[in-house]
Amino acid sequence: MFEADIYTVNVGPVHPSTHGGLHAEAVMSGEIIQDVIVHLGYVHRSVEKIAESKTYQQFTPYTARLDYLATNLPVLGYCQTVEKLLGIEVPERVEYIRVIMAELSRIASHQIAISATGIDLGATTGLMYGMRDRERIMDIFSMTGGQRLLSSYIRIGGVAEDIPDGFISAVTSFVKDIPKMMREYDGLMTGNEIWQARMKGVGILSKEDAISYGVTGPNLRASGVPYDIRKAEPYGIYDRFDFEIPVGCVGDSLDRWNVRIAEIGESGRIIKQALVNMPDGEIKAKVPKVIKPEAGMEVYHRIESSKGELGYYIVSDGGTKPYRLHVRAPSFINLMVLPVICRGGVFQDIITNIATLDPILGESDR
Amino acid sequence: MALENDMDKTAEKDVEELAKNNILVTTFEKLWDWGRARSFWPLNYGCNCCPIEVMAAGAARFDQARFGYEVVRAVPRQADLLTVAGPITIKMKPAVERVWAQMPEPKWVIAMGNCAISGGPFKDGYSVLPGVDSIIPVDVYIPGCPVRPEALFHGMLELKEKVQKGKYRRS
Amino acid sequence: MAMDTEKITEELKNRFHDKITLQEDKFILKFLVEKDELLNVMGVLKETYGFNHLANVTSVDYGEEFELVYHLYSIPENHKICIKTRTPRNSAQVDSLFGIWPTADWQEREVYDLMGITFKGHPNLVRVLLPDDFTGHPLRKDFVMKG
Repeated sequence: MFEADIYTVNVGPVHPSTHGGLHAEAVMSGEIIQDVIVHLGYVHRSVEKIAESKTYQQFTPYTARLDYLATNLPVLGYCQTVEKLLGIEVPERVEYIRVIMAELSRIASHQIAISATGIDLGATTGLMYGMRDRERIMDIFSMTGGQRLLSSYIRIGGVAEDIPDGFISAVTSFVKDIPKMMREYDGLMTGNEIWQARMKGVGILSKEDAISYGVTGPNLRASGVPYDIRKAEPYGIYDRFDFEIPVGCVGDSLDRWNVRIAEIGESGRIIKQALVNMPDGEIKAKVPKVIKPEAGMEVYHRIESSKGELGYYIVSDGGTKPYRLHVRAPSFINLMVLPVICRGGVFQDIITNIATLDPILGESDR
Repeated sequence: MALENDMDKTAEKDVEELAKNNILVTTFEKLWDWGRARSFWPLNYGCNCCPIEVMAAGAARFDQARFGYEVVRAVPRQADLLTVAGPITIKMKPAVERVWAQMPEPKWVIAMGNCAISGGPFKDGYSVLPGVDSIIPVDVYIPGCPVRPEALFHGMLELKEKVQKGKYRRS
Repeated sequence: MAMDTEKITEELKNRFHDKITLQEDKFILKFLVEKDELLNVMGVLKETYGFNHLANVTSVDYGEEFELVYHLYSIPENHKICIKTRTPRNSAQVDSLFGIWPTADWQEREVYDLMGITFKGHPNLVRVLLPDDFTGHPLRKDFVMKG
């Protein structure tokens, strides 16, 4: 009797649930999404061009500002890439400290993902719980790097300074409370009837689509592909740790949610092992004061960030500044599947799908 | 009450007299300003690292509700405080201008973080504006990279002082 | 299973002869491919050797020529390979890999946006990070940032 018109609704760029400046243009027919056109670039800060005018050390803080929710992870990736170019091996103690900081960052990032998903779907208490627990990690970062959020503690060749007194007890007590935190998130949100109705079966991403669209990280694992760079191509000393890779079955929003909560537990396991096995020793390798990798050398180094495969491609021309620096941003590529998983759903699924894909626009737009 | 030549002095004396008897005398302007300063409705806006600290400021540990600023609006037409957190890129510029135009008067802007003040670490870039005050007028500048939640509160309290004194732009 | 780099090199050389050159790199097996053979080489790498994950597409400005760099991984076998191709600056165009790996969609759009290389066969080659009315391609070496 009535024909539905095709019309467009804009979600963003100024929108509480868009994780930064994401603009998703939803083409609707009635209540059903026909297509979602994603517009990026609202947070494009020309980082790759700036890299060509900064020395290798000067560029380190910029990497922290890429993925600002898990700051130690992009900084670790960048420092390891430059160390690879220079052929530097860092001391054992540094490797363990770096693993602890990286996994704490991963937990902090997943806690924000949980909080943001909570508030996007209407569970304000979820925001409060996630942020409250994350504050403990912020205190640990303040202790070491002096900064809550954008910690520049990890440096090329090592770390800025040795871990202070109180660090080990703070991390130990945090890790001890992780199972309780996971139970709280599950108890408040996962089992909730409304949560299940809004997430189960919503935004299904198949295994084949996930791989062919280059999706990585928890989103890929939720679709049933057990691929984690920490196990596939271990960097640093990740091959010494015993941990599982949580994998989903269906690839819907609920799977992506559950995988992130489970990963918090696995990161806790890794931190516990690192605390036990950490040796004494130096905290910085011998790094030349002026970093000049050999001309013509180039490397692509990737790490498992909290969002997926974070890669750095650096080309050196023998000078003090990179000739070319490219960041392979997992959020940029993960967002490519947003139209794929939204088509055929209803409008509010866009919010659920953006929240569970967990993009970070600073990294995506660089 | 005798009248003096100086009306201000007269008014002050009378006000003190009335206050002793629990009667407050003021102007509508001062009353509105007193109320506005204690109940900013911030717009939920931000791109980049600083809004994460805005989120932390709203969460349980720092709690902006104790200052009265927890009513965060999603729609610019209901908000009166635009906290510009993060750099303004050339693509974002029309969105910010539009959001600013949609906010009803009186409205205020806090430029939060080095990127909003001057472009910050990205000022050399080809796509970042040299500060949000190149497109909209700013009331309070909060430096920092990122701005700690306590610093954000300091900035908001500075704005509160400014509004309470009536020293803001009127349309 | 560890990648048999010599076997792959030999097979690719037999198949593509002088259109593919092995390049020295201590981190990864790397080949430079003539740009008109790019699609064929990539097809073979996916179908025959199982490189199903196109991790990274990027470009570098070397003055007279642009170089495109592709990093490929095989998720089941855990292998990796790097393919490069070059295109002249004044007619910078390469075949799009969208038909083989849909992930090339936005990655090639980004290369077009920031470096100005066009991709033949791309379904939607428009700017992705900069506004549509922006002039120039910032990552080119002759694009100077005004501070």
